[in-house]
Amino acid sequence: MALKAELEAAVVVTKKAFAFAKAVILLPILLVNSTPLSAAVLPEDRADALYHRFDGGGVVIDGPSILVRKSIKDTVSISANYYVDNVSSASIDVVTTASAYTEQRIEKSVSVEYLRDKTILSVNYGQSDETDYNARTASFNFSQDFFGDLTTITAGYSQGWDVVGKRNEPDFAKDASRKQYRFGLSQIITKNSLIGLSWETITDEGFLNNPYRSVRYLDPSTPIGYSFQPELYPETRTSDALAIRGMYYLPYRAALKAETRVFSDTWGIEAKNWEIAYTHPVGEHWIFDLKFRHYEQTQADFFSDLFSRQDAQNFLARDKEMSQFNNDSVGIEFAYERELNWGPIDKFSISLALDFIEFDYENFRDIRGTEVVGTEPFYNYNATVTRFFFSLWY
Amino acid sequence: MPKSSRWPRYLLLSLTLGLSACAGIEPWVKPYERQNLADPITFFGRDPVSDNYMHHVRQAREMARGAEGGAGGGCGCN
Repeated sequence: MALKAELEAAVVVTKKAFAFAKAVILLPILLVNSTPLSAAVLPEDRADALYHRFDGGGVVIDGPSILVRKSIKDTVSISANYYVDNVSSASIDVVTTASAYTEQRIEKSVSVEYLRDKTILSVNYGQSDETDYNARTASFNFSQDFFGDLTTITAGYSQGWDVVGKRNEPDFAKDASRKQYRFGLSQIITKNSLIGLSWETITDEGFLNNPYRSVRYLDPSTPIGYSFQPELYPETRTSDALAIRGMYYLPYRAALKAETRVFSDTWGIEAKNWEIAYTHPVGEHWIFDLKFRHYEQTQADFFSDLFSRQDAQNFLARDKEMSQFNNDSVGIEFAYERELNWGPIDKFSISLALDFIEFDYENFRDIRGTEVVGTEPFYNYNATVTRFFFSLWY
Repeated sequence: MPKSSRWPRYLLLSLTLGLSACAGIEPWVKPYERQNLADPITFFGRDPVSDNYMHHVRQAREMARGAEGGAGGGCGCN
């Protein structure tokens, strides 16, 4: 019974994945919309309607994302994004420690960019809301072209404020804050190639746990040989990431892109990933993309799949995302685009992108079977990510 | 010193060397030579709504974060 209670308290480790997503969820939007790799030009006026779906490891997440951008007098560009995640989870964590759940997360963000000569200034604000987690992020970015517009420097700062809640405990509210510092440099090398460098430091402070998570430890007094206790993370984390990316334009109108990134943080995690992508137009209206990506990381210092006893150390983690693991993904995308002379509409496109990802965990065990404690097989799963979207330029 | 804290120093050194190397050098790719770099197929993340989502998918499942890169035009010659 005690074990059952601990399991119930532990709940859904998969929610941890979303906790991390929540903690940094606004980052990609703010970054991608605000830091062009090169060029003091405002982004094009366009509107996109996306349907997204992640299906893998017993988890299905889908929903829409709408992004609209409009410029004013060629010097100001305003964009707004509305994004929804509908989550249905019966992941390995849910199956082994709790019960399946569904939830919805809604994210909204706005961005304003101002162009003056060769400088772009932008400010962004976003918020993400769900029943047990709220996040707010404000961001400022700067971009400057020089050296005959061959070189672009970007810099930015973001501040995030999160409030972590807990289901069925209305009084539970913990704060977490986040600061992000980033710097980028892009350089045109030849008339067919360019290279970019990005660096970002992120610091977190506050309640960085997911309140539902648990670790397991050896407990000979139970029939299965182990019990669970709540996880406990440090209250600070600082990470550094450095990425280099390059593009080469092939003579027959195609593009080859490659990038790599190294990462480390104060929790002892070191990671690296690389990606190579090929873009090939077919005929006048079709564009085909093919990409391959590899990612690998080491475990956090305080991760263990099975601790030797209860309260074995100051900090405790058993999330698969904190373990040592790697993943490989293959992505394909088809896009059809066509010019239009239909009122203010200049062009439209329809795109379908599919990514197939294989996750292999190297020290996180699958405890759904009946093996002797500590000898269970290591966990792995495959996922399919679908993006289908319609775009208009005006 | 933690390995992560040495990165900014290396980055700053590289940038200083790189930028100082530019002194006295004329831009070698003229604006009229950049039509290939202005082609949208060369853009990193040419569809922001789609790339935003993929960043989110990865950040939810990988501990690495930051320096995801940007989108937008390639050469400033639109």
